[in-house]
Amino acid sequence: MATANVNPTRMELTRLKKRLITARRGHKLLKDKRDELMRQFLEAVRENKRVRREVEAKLEVANQHMSVARSLMSNQAISVAMMYHKQSMSLEVSEKNVMSVKVPVFKAQYKTADEGDIYSYGYSFTPIDLDDAILALSDIMPDLIALAEIEKKCQLMASEIEKTRRRVNALEHVMIPDYEEKIRYITMKLDESERSATTRLMKVKDMMIEKTIRERLAREQELDAKLAEEA
Amino acid sequence: MSKIAAMGDRDSIYGFASIGLDIFPLDRIDNPATTLHNLAQGEYAVILITESLAKKLETEIDKYSDKPLPVILPIPGVTGNEGMGMKAISKSVEKAVGSDILKEQ
Repeated sequence: MATANVNPTRMELTRLKKRLITARRGHKLLKDKRDELMRQFLEAVRENKRVRREVEAKLEVANQHMSVARSLMSNQAISVAMMYHKQSMSLEVSEKNVMSVKVPVFKAQYKTADEGDIYSYGYSFTPIDLDDAILALSDIMPDLIALAEIEKKCQLMASEIEKTRRRVNALEHVMIPDYEEKIRYITMKLDESERSATTRLMKVKDMMIEKTIRERLAREQELDAKLAEEA
Repeated sequence: MSKIAAMGDRDSIYGFASIGLDIFPLDRIDNPATTLHNLAQGEYAVILITESLAKKLETEIDKYSDKPLPVILPIPGVTGNEGMGMKAISKSVEKAVGSDILKEQ
């Protein structure tokens, strides 16, 4: 029972009423947050699906070229061709705040001045498909980074929505009814004690009146008796 | 400055080496799960992982889904597209909404 350990005092009542107001306001705000998060999340997911489809289609093309190149070259030849790569790619990571969800933002940076400086081998001993495959992969890279960003955004937003929804439900179905019940309990208890105080006062008043009447009666009887004696 | 790593079978990822990614082919590493954790805790912000390997390491990958970094991105390898990436998106929709309302028939 929620009312088991509540002090039925006026102070407690004021405190609970304040908390109820805060809880109601928090509930409203969190509900708004959840709705807006959901709207943005669905937008992001649609975008995510679109980007992923694009990237996967492009990767498939790159992989086809790669398979052909692989079939035309020996293991050693490939290892030699790939042994020393000129280009090195790094990411500048920053943070963006979307509805209190911190999502990473990436910016690609290349070691060499020319982004297209991607062929780490001479052209004489490698098939053209290897060039095609590497060029395709290099073309995909910006999309792949965008995909990484948006996919993480969706994951983080999903867990934020889950969290917010739990909070909203906890407030709506547990905290707020609990406060309401406690407040009702205290109000009733206070009313009850007020009524009992009034009844007690009335009873005391009755007793006092009765006592006065009895005293007055006794005095009159005494007077009557005295008068009778004198006469 | 963070870097990008690619994990998976050699044929699927060695092309990434020439455009400046660090590659970790399966035949060079002993334990993919440990490698993944090391990469995630290191300087790598994005880890590309082939779908066939991602399937094996699903529980390990899930550990990083709530953290802002790193992003672990399943990509189709030379063996073909297994739909892992799309499945991961559906999973986050399910987590947020309760059921996958954007599923394509």
